[in-house]
Amino acid sequence: MNTHRFTWSRFYAVVRKEFIQMRRDRMTFGMMIGVPLMQLILFGFAINTDPKHMPTAVLAADNSPFARSLVAAMRNSEYFDIRDDGPTTEAQARTALQRGTLQFVLTIPANFERDLLRGNRPALALEADASDPAAVGNAVGGIRELLATVWARDFSGPLAHLQPAPPPADLRVHRLFNPEGETAINIVPGLMGVILTLTLVMITALAITRETERGTMEHLLSSPVRPLEVMTGKIVPYIVVGYVQVCVVLLAARFVFNVPMVGSVPLLLALAPIFMACNLAVGVTVSTIARNQLQAVQMSVFFFLPSLLLSGFMFPFRGMPHWAQALGAILPLTHFLPIVRGILLKGNTLAEVAPHVWPMLLFLVAVLALGLRRYRQTLD
Amino acid sequence: MRSARGQAEAAIMNDVTTENAPVIDVRGVTKQFDGRIVVDHVDLRVERGEIYGFLGPNGSGKTTFIRMLCGLLTPDAGTGTCLGLDLLREQRAIRLQVGYMTQRFSLYTDLTVRENLDFVARLFALPQRRAAIDRTLEELGLTARQKQLAGTLSGGWKQRLALAACMLHAPRLLLLDEPTAGVDPQARRDFWERIHDLAGRGLTVLISTHYMDEAERCHRLAYLAYGHLLTQGTAAEIVKEAALETWEVDGPDLSQLAAQLRVLPGVTQVTAFGAGLHVSGTDPATLHRATAPYRRAPYRWTPTPSGMEDVFIHLMQQVPDNVT
Ligand SMILES: Nc1ncnc2c1ncn2[C@@H]1O[C@H](COP(=O)(O)OP(=O)(O)OP(=O)(O)O)[C@@H](O)[C@H]1O
Ligand SMILES: [Mg+2]
Repeated sequence: MNTHRFTWSRFYAVVRKEFIQMRRDRMTFGMMIGVPLMQLILFGFAINTDPKHMPTAVLAADNSPFARSLVAAMRNSEYFDIRDDGPTTEAQARTALQRGTLQFVLTIPANFERDLLRGNRPALALEADASDPAAVGNAVGGIRELLATVWARDFSGPLAHLQPAPPPADLRVHRLFNPEGETAINIVPGLMGVILTLTLVMITALAITRETERGTMEHLLSSPVRPLEVMTGKIVPYIVVGYVQVCVVLLAARFVFNVPMVGSVPLLLALAPIFMACNLAVGVTVSTIARNQLQAVQMSVFFFLPSLLLSGFMFPFRGMPHWAQALGAILPLTHFLPIVRGILLKGNTLAEVAPHVWPMLLFLVAVLALGLRRYRQTLD
Repeated sequence: MRSARGQAEAAIMNDVTTENAPVIDVRGVTKQFDGRIVVDHVDLRVERGEIYGFLGPNGSGKTTFIRMLCGLLTPDAGTGTCLGLDLLREQRAIRLQVGYMTQRFSLYTDLTVRENLDFVARLFALPQRRAAIDRTLEELGLTARQKQLAGTLSGGWKQRLALAACMLHAPRLLLLDEPTAGVDPQARRDFWERIHDLAGRGLTVLISTHYMDEAERCHRLAYLAYGHLLTQGTAAEIVKEAALETWEVDGPDLSQLAAQLRVLPGVTQVTAFGAGLHVSGTDPATLHRATAPYRRAPYRWTPTPSGMEDVFIHLMQQVPDNVT
């Protein structure tokens, strides 16, 4: 019998056992599906709600019928709650934005009607408190649409030549407080990575400490199974769980949150297991260090927090100081986010996301090696 | 098709080199946890085909010693061989040929009886896995329960399952840590018959127990107390070596009498035994003199051969518990 090297039959024995145990553990299995659903609902809806009736002031230096029909159309769109008692000067408007009492300030320049009629495409300035990007995105989109259609009735007859190909007026949006202007679309694909990190690390961390706590480790250690067989045998079944989670998120992204899926979903599905394996390996390694399940959970959280904060999920990666970026670059989530966002939102191909693949592989190998070193082969 | 037992025999027969060498031969084995010595320079020699009983009070280091034998713990000191393999350097090879039954149930409670055995069989890459499992289930009377989750078995059935699991790969040495704790008398008798049967075929068994009747069924015994090996030999040798004189006392109000006897010089122990008392001492003359005032009606004193239990309780009292 081959006792010193990795053997597929022993590896398969562990995989099989894990599958059976997973199937019987309804609670854990439920959590694996429940956690992504809950996170999607919490993060997805909280950030993705399409906020309406946002306090808006109009600084009109032109009171023409065109300006008035624009304001009326904005009211009708329901995105904007136009305040009649709003600020009258630029400075007052800025203060109101600072305080957060106003979300938008639309400035209609002087001679708006004249420029519009001359076809000069006058610029409307929309200042937005974009500190909460989700609050701004849809409204801005709404006003752009308005510009294309609002004057359609006015531009009939002799003015028909002004009927827009590009809208007759230009909208200049100034996103204040959040120059990157991340949108909600970013959140849901990102959530896929966050959910996988949260659940998979913990699952394997618990899977091995549970063996120690229940005493089954003593039996396992007295059998010929090798550490690598146990470790990989515990990782593989949970990749299946990871796939279930990925599917839940993808379906929700598509049908609930209307996330555009520009790129190749199969490519994403092909790359996802690398990321899953990274997190599962972290869990395995955690479990070789943790002495009981509570410690395992605590250490998982210890890994989860920097992943959440430094990966670019919570805060734009480029906005972080260099040391934080360097730290973040180690974490697999940092590399998975651009992959999932890149593929889904930007239609990235393998060549474009490849620079993010090998850091994950490197991480995987390093963590597995650490876990193997730490794996206790005796009860000492 | 060859049975697992057949394979074991074949393995043993082929093994001419170790034919007459002791299966366990260790010297000076020591283990400490956090600076506390739990097993203190234990020497042990077990011949092939022997059933070796391992006795001692709770916390005396039996489990720790057995774990060192099968490579689950690394001894802090000591040398020796197990199955001809070096205790310190060939731990892994030892594990493969040893069937170790843990004191605490260590199979998966959320797998069925059969799934547990199947897992073990796959880990050991047993040929004809299904047949081997069927046979083991049959032998241990587990066939009807094979689809039951191991966690829902009663204590005694769990023990049987654990025993089945550690014998599945036809090991050459069985290390059984209290295998019959909580097992009913009929099952215990069956178990001992099996053990003797296996030993007759050349399998070596080291078995820890707290039951005196089981101790008497072993070929040889060792008594461990607080890490020290106090005595070893056959049951008769141990009793003889202890040189204990024991009297059986019958009569009314024995508990009161026991309290009075216990403080007498020369009386090492007074134990309630069925309806009577066992009064023992190491020095017959002193024992006689001291108990003379009580040797009258309504009490009836009869000399009785010292049993294993008398001897072991006597041994236990000799060594102060270094923990408390
Ligand atoms: N992993 C460990 N860490 C620290 N101390 C330990 C460890 N394992 C055992 N001990 C201590 O070693 C001593 C011997 O324990 P062991 O389990 O070997 O006794 P035992 O003879 O098997 O007892 P029992 O009859 O109750 O099963 C005990 O005092 C125990 O507390
Ligand atoms: Mg014990």
